[in-house]
Amino acid sequence: MNNLVARAKELLNSNSVQVVIGYETGPTGVARPAFITNSEKADRLIYDERCVQNLAVYLTKHEVRKLGKAAIVATLPVMRSIMMLISEQQIIGENLVVLGISSEGNLLDIADIRVMQGIIEKSDLSNPPEYRELLAALNKMSPEEKFAYWQKELSKCIKCYACRQACPMCYCTRCTVEVNQPQWIPVQANTHGNMEWHILRAMHLAGRCISCGECGRSCPVGIPCHLLTMHLTDKVFNYFKVYAGTSDKMSSVMSTYEPNDKESFII
Amino acid sequence: MSDFEPKVVAFVCNWCTYAGADLTGTSRIKYATNVKIIRFPCTGRIDFMLLLKAFANGADGIIVSGCHPNDCHYTSGNFHAKRRWIMFKELMDFMGIDMNRVTFSWVSAAEGARWAEVVNTTVARVRELGPYVSYKEMVNKSVEEEVKNE
Amino acid sequence: METTRKLIRKQSLEKLYKLLSETRKIYAPVIAADKQVEYKYNPAFSDITFDHIRSTLSAKNVVFPKVENLFTFTNSKTESTINDIDLNKIPEVILWGAHPCDNAAFDILRSIFCWDITDEFFSKRLEKLVVIGLSCHQSDDYCFCTSVGLAPESSKGSDILLSRLQNGDYHAQILTEKGNSILNMAGELFEPVSAEKELITEVKGKFSHEQVTEKLKTAFENPFWVENSLRCIGCGACAYVCPTCACFDIQDETKGKNGKRYRSWDSCGFGLFTLHTSGHNPREVQSQRWRQRIMHKFSYMPERNESLGCVGCGRCSSGCPVDMNIAEQLEALQKI
Repeated sequence: MNNLVARAKELLNSNSVQVVIGYETGPTGVARPAFITNSEKADRLIYDERCVQNLAVYLTKHEVRKLGKAAIVATLPVMRSIMMLISEQQIIGENLVVLGISSEGNLLDIADIRVMQGIIEKSDLSNPPEYRELLAALNKMSPEEKFAYWQKELSKCIKCYACRQACPMCYCTRCTVEVNQPQWIPVQANTHGNMEWHILRAMHLAGRCISCGECGRSCPVGIPCHLLTMHLTDKVFNYFKVYAGTSDKMSSVMSTYEPNDKESFII
Repeated sequence: MSDFEPKVVAFVCNWCTYAGADLTGTSRIKYATNVKIIRFPCTGRIDFMLLLKAFANGADGIIVSGCHPNDCHYTSGNFHAKRRWIMFKELMDFMGIDMNRVTFSWVSAAEGARWAEVVNTTVARVRELGPYVSYKEMVNKSVEEEVKNE
Repeated sequence: METTRKLIRKQSLEKLYKLLSETRKIYAPVIAADKQVEYKYNPAFSDITFDHIRSTLSAKNVVFPKVENLFTFTNSKTESTINDIDLNKIPEVILWGAHPCDNAAFDILRSIFCWDITDEFFSKRLEKLVVIGLSCHQSDDYCFCTSVGLAPESSKGSDILLSRLQNGDYHAQILTEKGNSILNMAGELFEPVSAEKELITEVKGKFSHEQVTEKLKTAFENPFWVENSLRCIGCGACAYVCPTCACFDIQDETKGKNGKRYRSWDSCGFGLFTLHTSGHNPREVQSQRWRQRIMHKFSYMPERNESLGCVGCGRCSSGCPVDMNIAEQLEALQKI
C-alpha cells in the first residue's frame, strides 16, 4: 500500500492534517488501529485483508479529536459510519480527509462528501455475504429454537460493553445502561439482564447500523451480537427501503416517519 | 391449566385509548378483568423496554394502544411509535420472544366497545397460549445463575 | 510442607476425577461449541481440555464470582430485616487443570481482598478450594509469565501440579496439605515417578518487571500514556478476562418488599468507574484509565501489597478488540 503511505506523508508534511488514522501490524501479527502524527512514522501504515476494524469509532473520541484535523483510512463501512456521524451532527465533514479504500483494496481519491456519497451509492449496502448464511439459518429456526439459541449465546455475556465501545454509532457519553434511576438494565451479568441489554442495543441501532460487524468481532466471549443489528438492517430496508449511512442529510429511520408506513399487525 | 388466569398489562395513551377505556366503563360494557391499565402521555412515550419489564415481572400478555393515525394529540407520537413497534416486533421474532402475546391496537376515545373487544380477544388468546413459561423460566434461571456457586 | 513427587497415569486421571467428583464440585476448562475455552462446573471428563493455551476467561470466577450476593433484605413499613448469606453453604470446589498463571493469581487476589479487612466471601471460597494445576506444554506470543516472575511450570498457588510427560502420563507434585489429603484419599492412583521427560513449553522473557516498576515511579505525567492508549476504546474486556483484576461494583436490587445487595465485576476502563455524583470525573479520558490499569498492577500493588498485579497470562491482550498488547507496552515503558 505504497500510495497510502505516500498520501499520508504528503498530508502530514503539508500540515493538511495532524493525524492519520489507519492500520498497523501489532507484535503478534494482527492488524490494529494506528494514529500517525508524524510523517516519519507513516511507513507503519498498512492496508490488507486483516484490516477490518471500523476506525470511525475514533472520530468521536475526545483524545483523538484533540490531535487536530484527521485523515482516516476508510473502507466502505467506515465511509458509511462517517456519513452517519455527519448526519447525526457528531462530526463535521469538511474537517476530515477520507482516504477511501475500494473493495479491491485500492486507494480512492475522495475530494469531498459528494464523491464519497457517490461511491457509497454504487456499492452493495446489504449485509455482507459472510453474515447472510447465519442470518438465514436463524430466520429458519422455530421461535423456541431461536429463544434457546439466544439464551445460550447471551448467557456468556460478561457485560464488558466491548460491543458498545467498538461501535461508531454508540457515541453517547451517557448510555441507557448507565441510567440507574430507575435501573433499566441490571448491572450484573446474567442471561435475562444480558438479553435486555442486547435488545436495547439493537433497538437503539435500528436504522443506524451500517453492518460493519464490529460489535460481534470485538466480543471477547464470541457472542454473535452483530446478527441482531444486521437483522434489523435487513428489516429496515424491507419496510422503509433505506440503508443507513448513504447520505449526510438523512434522518435516521427511527427518528422520522411516513404517515403511510405499512404494517400488518396493529388492529 | 383450566384455572389459569392470564395477567395482561395494557400500556395506553392518555388521550385516546385511556379515554376509550373510560368510556367502556361508563357505558357499562363488561370485559375481562385480567387487564391492568398503565396510562402514558402518548404512545410515543411507551419505551419498548417497558414491554420487556412487564414480561420479566410476570405478565403473560401485553396490550399497547393509542390514538388512530392522524389523531395523535401531539400530531406524530403514534407514527413514531408505529415505526418503533415494527422494528421491535421484528427483533422479538428474530430472538424467539413470543409476540403472539402482544396486541398492538388503535382505540379512540369514542371506541368504548372496541376497547372491550381488544381486551377480550387478547385475554382469550393468551388464555389459549397459557402462562409465558419460557420467559419466566429464563428470568428465574438468571437468579439461580448468581447463586450456582453456593 | 515438603513436596512429594508422584506419577499418575493418563488412565488414572479419569479415575481420580470421578473419585473427586463424588464429594466435590469440579471447575474445569472445556472447549465450547464455538471453540472458546471456558471453565465449567462438573463437566464430563471427556470434555475437559488438557491442551489449551488459555481459557477466554480466567479461573477467578471460582473465588470471585462475577455476581456474588452479599445479603438479602426484607422491608416492612417500619423496618428492614437483613438476612446474611450462609457462608457455610459455599461448597468445596476443585479447580482442575488450570495453568500456573491462573493459580498464582489467587495469592494476588488474596493480597487485595484480605489486605486490611478479610473479605469473608472471598476467603471462604479460597479456603474451600483445592487447585490441581497443570503446567504448560504449549504457549503463544501473548504469554509472558517469565517476565513477571513465574514460569510455565510454577507451582505457586497449586495444591497439586500436574506436568505432562512425553508418553502422555503426568508427574504430580503434591505441594500442600490440601494436596496431600487427595493423595491419601486416592493413594492407589499415584505411582513412583518415572524417568520420562516432562513437556514444558518455553516462554520468552519480554521485560524486567523490577525495571518497569522502577520506571513507573516517575512516569505518571509521561506522554507515553496518551500516545499508547489512543486506540483503546474503553471497554471492560481486559479487566473481566484478567485473573487478578478485583474491582467490583455493589448494587441493591429490590423487587417489591424483598431485595438483595450484590457485587459484580467492574472495570477501571469504564468512564463511569470514577464518575462522582457531582459530575466530576478524576479520570476523565481513556489515557488516564489505561495508566491506572498499568500503574495499579505494576507500581501501586508492588508498593502496597508486596505483590505484582499480573501473572503474564496474556488474556487482556488476546481478548482485546484493538490489540492493546500489555507486554509490548511494558517493554516500551521499560525503555522510556
